[in-house]
Amino acid sequence: MAGPRWTDRLMGIDRRFLFIVIAVAVTLPLLFPVNLPISVSPRVRAAYETIDAVPNGSPILLSLDYEPDVMAELQPMAIAVLRHCFRKNLKPVVLTLYPAAPGLIERALAIASEAEGKKRNVDYVFLGYKSGSQAVILGMGESIRGLFPKDFWGTPLDEIPIMKGIDSYAGFPLVVNLSGSKIADYYIQIAHTRYHRPLVLGSTAVMATDYYPYLSSKQLLGLIGGMKGAAEYERLIDIVGDARKGMDAQSLVHVVIVALVLLGNVAFLSSRGRGARPGGGAS
Amino acid sequence: MSTDPQILVAGLLTLCIFSFLYRDNPFYKFAEHLFVGVAAGYLLAVQFQNVLKPNVIDSLGTAISAAGTGDLSPKWWTLVPLFLGIILLGRLWTRTSGLARWALAFYVGIYSGIAVPAYMQAQIFAQLADAVKPFGTGWEALYSALVLIGFLGVLAYFFFSSHHRGAHGVAARVGIWFLMIAFGASFGYTVMARVSLLIARVQFMLRDFVHILPGA
Repeated sequence: MAGPRWTDRLMGIDRRFLFIVIAVAVTLPLLFPVNLPISVSPRVRAAYETIDAVPNGSPILLSLDYEPDVMAELQPMAIAVLRHCFRKNLKPVVLTLYPAAPGLIERALAIASEAEGKKRNVDYVFLGYKSGSQAVILGMGESIRGLFPKDFWGTPLDEIPIMKGIDSYAGFPLVVNLSGSKIADYYIQIAHTRYHRPLVLGSTAVMATDYYPYLSSKQLLGLIGGMKGAAEYERLIDIVGDARKGMDAQSLVHVVIVALVLLGNVAFLSSRGRGARPGGGAS
Repeated sequence: MSTDPQILVAGLLTLCIFSFLYRDNPFYKFAEHLFVGVAAGYLLAVQFQNVLKPNVIDSLGTAISAAGTGDLSPKWWTLVPLFLGIILLGRLWTRTSGLARWALAFYVGIYSGIAVPAYMQAQIFAQLADAVKPFGTGWEALYSALVLIGFLGVLAYFFFSSHHRGAHGVAARVGIWFLMIAFGASFGYTVMARVSLLIARVQFMLRDFVHILPGA
């Protein structure tokens, strides 16, 4: 009696085998990188050029709204954007609207400022976390000091030279929001539409397609999407961060997933054609 | 392997969570429950420090101090949101649940007042204006035409007051194609996002936890 066909065996494969395949596909390129070329998309280039065009020495509002669940994508992006700002001698005024973000931002600021030789409250300000997302974004149009009387480390804003004369969006030639949530919508609605500030967005890959229409309508001047976007930004400023290091693995896993999807479909169609039940065995 | 206790805890908990890929087990359960507990405790502490303390406790403290010197501080207004916050808790008991509606009504009213005009301006009017803007030249004209066709097609698909037949049916069919392409792009990005999370965790384990990769 003939055994089950290969397509039937494939349909009944233990999913843990696929986990091992994916784990190997992720690990091997990290251990043995081949540094595949990274092409820069127009969206990320536009984000880079918008930040690059801000006059040297200007303050820039940087809202980093993400938590550890999406730090894989947004933390390398934050470090790359901060380093770009520091190289341009821009003065990032950083804040977050997420309670678990301050620790991540402290680390990103430490990495970027150490790499570029910048000092706290001289070259950048970290305002910390404020609860209330939409209300905070709205409130910053009126008074930043009303919401953040002190910085993250307890220094009154009036004692920080960068903050001199700045108390609302009007003091910033550009707002940059790196977000893993709907906070991005609020910045579009309030910071851009209501207060007419130019806006650049960095988002997780899941969100990226939702924001393409805002590029077309010029409500966003640039969009950095996911780890790939972060890797492109790292390439533009010529650094090799975690995003670029991860792109070989990203490419190989995509090839593996496409191959698995094709194999799965071939096996499924073949089984269905012979009246077999999905999952192995004939009906 | 790292000797930093923070890295060790993070690495071991990562392994506990990954063990679920084999099957559900006590290590996974332990890490899952620990995460829920720590996250709840952390959020409670942060919200107390960032919301209750500055906005209620410190604010009322200032008002009381000013009252001691005979001044009427505007900080007494804090009592209004405090009262609304307290009656919101009325939902916990049947007899007082009606009180919570006042606070909810206030909240919904304020939120609608902020959100609706902002949403209409940024996400309806601005997008409408972009969809019907004059065509440019070359590739830009093609792009604008595609946006307009997709816009009208998808609107036709979601118009259910007449049957999808004739010209309406054709437009709805075009709309479905645009929707499918959008869903495909979104799904591709979603796969990339999930893989990114795995890559970062593996980077952490190989670099920071076991020190196989350089840069720890």
